[in-house]
Amino acid sequence: MFLITCPFCGEREQSEFKAGGEAHIERPKQPTELSDGEWAEYLFMRKNIKGIQFERWNHAHGCRKWFNIVRDTSNDKIKAVYKMGEKPPVK
Amino acid sequence: MKNKYSIFSLVKNAFSYHENWQKAWKDPTIKKEYDAVIIGGGGHGLATAYYLAKKHNMKNIAVVEKGWIGGGNTGRNTTIIRSNYLWDASAGLYDHALKLWEGLSQEINYNVMFSQRGVMNLAHNLQDVRDLKRRTHANRLNGIDAVYLSTEEVKKFCPIINTSQDIRYPVLGGTLQRRAGTARHDAVAWGYARGADEMGVDIIQNCEVKGIKRNGDEVEGIETTKGFIKTKKIGVVAAGHSSVLANMAGLKLPLESKPLQALVSEPVKPIIDTVVMSNAVHAYVSQSDKGELVIGAGTDDYISYSQKGSHDIVEGTLNAILELYPIFSRMRMLRQWGGIVDICPDASPIISKTTIKGLYFNCGWGTGGFKATPGSGDLFAHTIANNEPHKLNAAFNLNRFISGDLVDEHGAAAVAH
Repeated sequence: MFLITCPFCGEREQSEFKAGGEAHIERPKQPTELSDGEWAEYLFMRKNIKGIQFERWNHAHGCRKWFNIVRDTSNDKIKAVYKMGEKPPVK
Repeated sequence: MKNKYSIFSLVKNAFSYHENWQKAWKDPTIKKEYDAVIIGGGGHGLATAYYLAKKHNMKNIAVVEKGWIGGGNTGRNTTIIRSNYLWDASAGLYDHALKLWEGLSQEINYNVMFSQRGVMNLAHNLQDVRDLKRRTHANRLNGIDAVYLSTEEVKKFCPIINTSQDIRYPVLGGTLQRRAGTARHDAVAWGYARGADEMGVDIIQNCEVKGIKRNGDEVEGIETTKGFIKTKKIGVVAAGHSSVLANMAGLKLPLESKPLQALVSEPVKPIIDTVVMSNAVHAYVSQSDKGELVIGAGTDDYISYSQKGSHDIVEGTLNAILELYPIFSRMRMLRQWGGIVDICPDASPIISKTTIKGLYFNCGWGTGGFKATPGSGDLFAHTIANNEPHKLNAAFNLNRFISGDLVDEHGAAAVAH
């Protein structure tokens, strides 16, 4: 259990939010050109990092907006929060 | 040679105040090279080593474990064993494991306290009823015992359940697998470790893997906190940390690691003599031989390796438990803990070769790996020894995420994810 600072609403309990998994996985620009292997990579394969991870979160029980978080998955400490479309902070 | 455990050895050792029992496994000196190394000394890893030595005559092998054996998810689960999965591939896999459980204590001369007390799955809405009936039929076609119970029959089988139709999610029926049940989780790891050790397997504890060395497309060995170990075959059985090991070899897996929680109550006299699971409200409960209620909670929805879960998950589970079993309302909970489970997109495991020669993965068991321990070890050993899957684990390959031939078991996996 931890607190998340929503860039729109401020600090709230994690249970108000929905995790959206790894961030910055780009939707294929030419879906028709993709091989089965490339589809698998896009749909299923994940870094699943132990350590610093960039991820998406949604303030589901609040403003319902999506944003990004940089979090250490080994201890759940949040390093940075940034809005969708903003450049991810460098480590 | 190991001394056989029996009533006579118990009596004999009583005379020396149980101070002279033979060590169940040795503390080996690490060799320079092994024919195969298993990474992960949990139930699945130790079972793999046991069957590699026993059935495939591979004796020069090692199991490396970063902590102590059975200290990961093997020691953290709720010990439920069942095989009532929907699809043919899963039925084959889990029932193979269940059949091995039935003879396991005898085979490894170690009492794993396997108790076929039955597992009941409850239905709380019309879709549950349809799904569970369908699953019952599918199970029976695959030779797995399963019956559908009405609300009255549920009440008769487990009288403490609140079957009032006035509660938020009333019990509309349920399924029962009588051959299912529980086992003593630590004993499984210890029993397999003792058996493997007797056949010459080196069990190396407190040895963390730091790197997997590759020479082009094949593996050469592993870097560990206790030095380099050369080997041509590596079997990774690292549960929540599978992706971490895959990254060391430059592979990506379709896994997400999440905390899964469980808790136990203060011990009380026998009150529930079966296992009751309920997907829709997310509550499952059984009673240990010590008298504690063993309660399984759900997963958090975010990736974490912290072995801690969120409080609201436990709260949600206990709300459901109290509505279904009002008799537990004044009980106190003693311990709560979390384990990290590796979840596959189709809620089925991966027991497979990889694109790297000599590197095998047994992972993705998600929230329900304990039940499969003997079968998983047996089939993974077969896959490693022959470099080909057994027909029972052929469907559980890594390639299914490319071919699209998924084994969707979200309905039969007890923890919704």
